[in-house]
Amino acid sequence: MLHTVNKSSFERNSLQSCLNTIDDSSVILFIEDGVINAANNANSSMIADLAANGRVFALQGDVDARGISSKLADNIKLVDYSGFVDLVVEHGTAVSWV
Amino acid sequence: MATKKFMYLNRRSSFGTVYAIESLEVVLIAAAFEQDVSLAFMDDGVYQIVEGQETDGIGMKNFSKTFHALGDYDINKLYVSKESLEERGLSESDLMPLVYEDEDDDWEEKPSVKVVTNDELKAIMSEQDVCLSF
Repeated sequence: MLHTVNKSSFERNSLQSCLNTIDDSSVILFIEDGVINAANNANSSMIADLAANGRVFALQGDVDARGISSKLADNIKLVDYSGFVDLVVEHGTAVSWV
Repeated sequence: MATKKFMYLNRRSSFGTVYAIESLEVVLIAAAFEQDVSLAFMDDGVYQIVEGQETDGIGMKNFSKTFHALGDYDINKLYVSKESLEERGLSESDLMPLVYEDEDDDWEEKPSVKVVTNDELKAIMSEQDVCLSF
């Protein structure tokens, strides 16, 4: 499955709810304000293990808009919109944690 | 018209909601009425004034550039929560270098942004006549 998260973990508990229920083969894509979760910050430990396994993605355009492209946590994979489509195709069912 | 001290509290990041851009609009209106305006950035609001925002990829207006105009409206008190910056792995050097020209000091260019602790912010807020939260 593909899980998209579009809220900052400093603002909402969407990411935590996602992490509580994500299975071992699913991936997370951060979009919109969700890309704040891809920055190296006090909440980075939440996703560190998943990222180390190559299962955490962030949408490039949203990262650039927030001025955090040089501040990303380790092992975050950046994708553009066509990469987003590829993730949808590859992982089937999408869950949107709005 | 009597002048009041207005503080605008900015707690949200720039593009996920309309709070940030709406706050900036209202700040400029208050300045037009020659009020004593200050801004505070806390929580994810600190992202509003991060340097290097580039919005071509999301098709939205990059209104972060408007913050550079605030100095010309005599808005030169921008307080940023130190705790909120640190929590997000940010420091003062990651913020836009916003300045104003001080008419009382031969128009010397001076920084508008001041990083303050929550304790300092508490004291600044207590001096205000009006606090508007966005």
